[in-house]
Amino acid sequence: MQRRSILKGGAALGFATMMGGKLAFAQGLEKVKAGFVYVGPIGDGGWTFQHDQGRLAMMEALGDKVETVFQENVPEGADAERVLTQMALSGCNIIFTTSFGYMDATNAVAAKFPDIKFEHATGYKRDTPNVSTYNARFYEGRAVMGTIAGLMTKSNKIGYIGSFPIPEVIQGINSSYIHAKKVNPDVTISVVWAYTWFDPAKEADAAKALIEQDVDVILQHTDSTAPLAEAAKTPGVIGFGQASDMAEYKPSPRVSAIIDNWAPYYTERVQALLDGTYAQKDTWAGIGGGEVKIGDITDAVPADVKAKAEAVRDSIASGAYHPFTGPLNKQDGSAWLKEGEVADDGTLAGMMFYVEGVTGDIPS
Amino acid sequence: MLGDINPAVLIASLMVASVPIILAAIGELVVEKAGVLNLGVEGMMIMGAICGFVTAVATGNPYLGFLGGAVGAAALSLVFGFLTQFMLSNQVATGLALTLFGQGLSSLIGQGYNGVKPPLTGTVPLGPLADIPVLGRILFDHDWVVYFSVASIAAVWAVLKYTRVGLILRAVGESHDAAHALGYKVIRIRILAIMFGGAMAGIGGAYVSLIRVPQWTDGITAGAGWIALAIVVFASWKPWRVLLGAYLFGGITVLQLNLQAAGAAIPAHYLSMAPYLITILVLVVMSSGKGRASLNAPAALGQNFHASR
Repeated sequence: MQRRSILKGGAALGFATMMGGKLAFAQGLEKVKAGFVYVGPIGDGGWTFQHDQGRLAMMEALGDKVETVFQENVPEGADAERVLTQMALSGCNIIFTTSFGYMDATNAVAAKFPDIKFEHATGYKRDTPNVSTYNARFYEGRAVMGTIAGLMTKSNKIGYIGSFPIPEVIQGINSSYIHAKKVNPDVTISVVWAYTWFDPAKEADAAKALIEQDVDVILQHTDSTAPLAEAAKTPGVIGFGQASDMAEYKPSPRVSAIIDNWAPYYTERVQALLDGTYAQKDTWAGIGGGEVKIGDITDAVPADVKAKAEAVRDSIASGAYHPFTGPLNKQDGSAWLKEGEVADDGTLAGMMFYVEGVTGDIPS
Repeated sequence: MLGDINPAVLIASLMVASVPIILAAIGELVVEKAGVLNLGVEGMMIMGAICGFVTAVATGNPYLGFLGGAVGAAALSLVFGFLTQFMLSNQVATGLALTLFGQGLSSLIGQGYNGVKPPLTGTVPLGPLADIPVLGRILFDHDWVVYFSVASIAAVWAVLKYTRVGLILRAVGESHDAAHALGYKVIRIRILAIMFGGAMAGIGGAYVSLIRVPQWTDGITAGAGWIALAIVVFASWKPWRVLLGAYLFGGITVLQLNLQAAGAAIPAHYLSMAPYLITILVLVVMSSGKGRASLNAPAALGQNFHASR
């Protein structure tokens, strides 16, 4: 394998020299400049913080072969296109766009710069060959959190702070609910849409509204630690770290966490670009692949609850269990998955329906 | 449909949610009454948020934190004051620049403060009052800043309406030339008003980082300063209407989240839109009224003063 790639590299090199260096891309690069586009500030303590940790770990691993630039607080929409174009023009070889809302902007700019690689997180559009997508199976982590939530709630009400009604978030709501229900048949879930990824004041308000409705376990799909800070004000209310460990709220209200681990992916992709082995792909790894990690379950959780949660985690990691395993019905009662059937990735990636038992409508 | 929501809890939390915008808006109202348009409210708020946070963490005292926030934001407002009052720069451009500067500077100061927990501020112990059903929950179960915000509205109203200081301030805002001819120090009065606006915005910002959220992250005020600016116009420069406007804005934010949590079927979009629609509506209605020429805005608003005579 190694010899073959050397041969291939050599051939490409000869060819490239012949073509006046125009095709130098195909045989790898001496040095890579990687751009990162962030939706929030790197100090958010959650989603963007974790992507930035991935960037730093990648720089650590690859040393002076890589140079990075990043831009924080880039709004999803037309502004993103401007930022991406700017990065492309400033000599980036690969650009990571780290939020769902950059999907169209990424594809639009990628079409204009065919020599530059674009990597879009959590999206599904790959319109041109230079666009790859990568995602993590956060819903696997939600299954573990849902188990803890179902066992820990005393009011039998759990709350979910949604960011935007997109498949990734719907997966999370469904997975949390299914696994809470599995261990506690009386449980209900209230969903509040914040319509933001990062707005600490709004997230705190959303958590407060849920707590005022008697919710005592809060799951969040937004990026800041504000919901945990709000939960900390009311004794007995617990929550989970989202995207990052959020360890400063240990041992309670933060009783566990879903941690996104992007470092291996970033390192792998930039390394591939250096080696000349880079190819378009769609990555969707989970607990098993190490992209999703479950943060330390604290002593605020009884030992038997912890054991059950860890059992769920381990069975997902080993591949023995899929969080969306039938029998499952859709919200309207129609059949979705038969006994023992597991959801396919296509359905999950486009999931825009609640499972049976979740109340309320998905805003359109 | 509303049956699941406890109105007392709702009113109590809207009072809390509105505090930062009340404080920032009443400060800006005084600034604008003096004839200065400072669009840097957002920047001053976030400076207040970080300065208050740093002070509170360093001293372990939340009260000193609020003082620190007020001082930090007032210091930033002095930059604006110097540029617009002495260098006669354009107020709109300078105000916008102040916001950008405040956001950048706060982010710089805030390095290393992510994830730090500030000392907590408790509710004011009002003893048996808090146990009164309904009313106790609404009125007597808050932290001191909630009462301070309402008191500041009353104080500004009384000062503007009944005192000599208020009269001079309004004179400067209506016609700086006339005020100058009468011997009032226009620049000095305006600088003091700008500092007052800065300090109030700073306390509002500190409320976000010390009580409401309570933590520090970049961009924590998330546009509250802009809402405060809109409320001043919405209130047509009248203090009590600022309170009304802030409760309306804060109330709708809280209400839409509570409605969602309670599972009501009102689309959240419409409620989120409502305050802005109301602002536009009020502007239209008020500017079309015959008796009220142009919204009651101070006549010299946004104009620089230079004592040429």
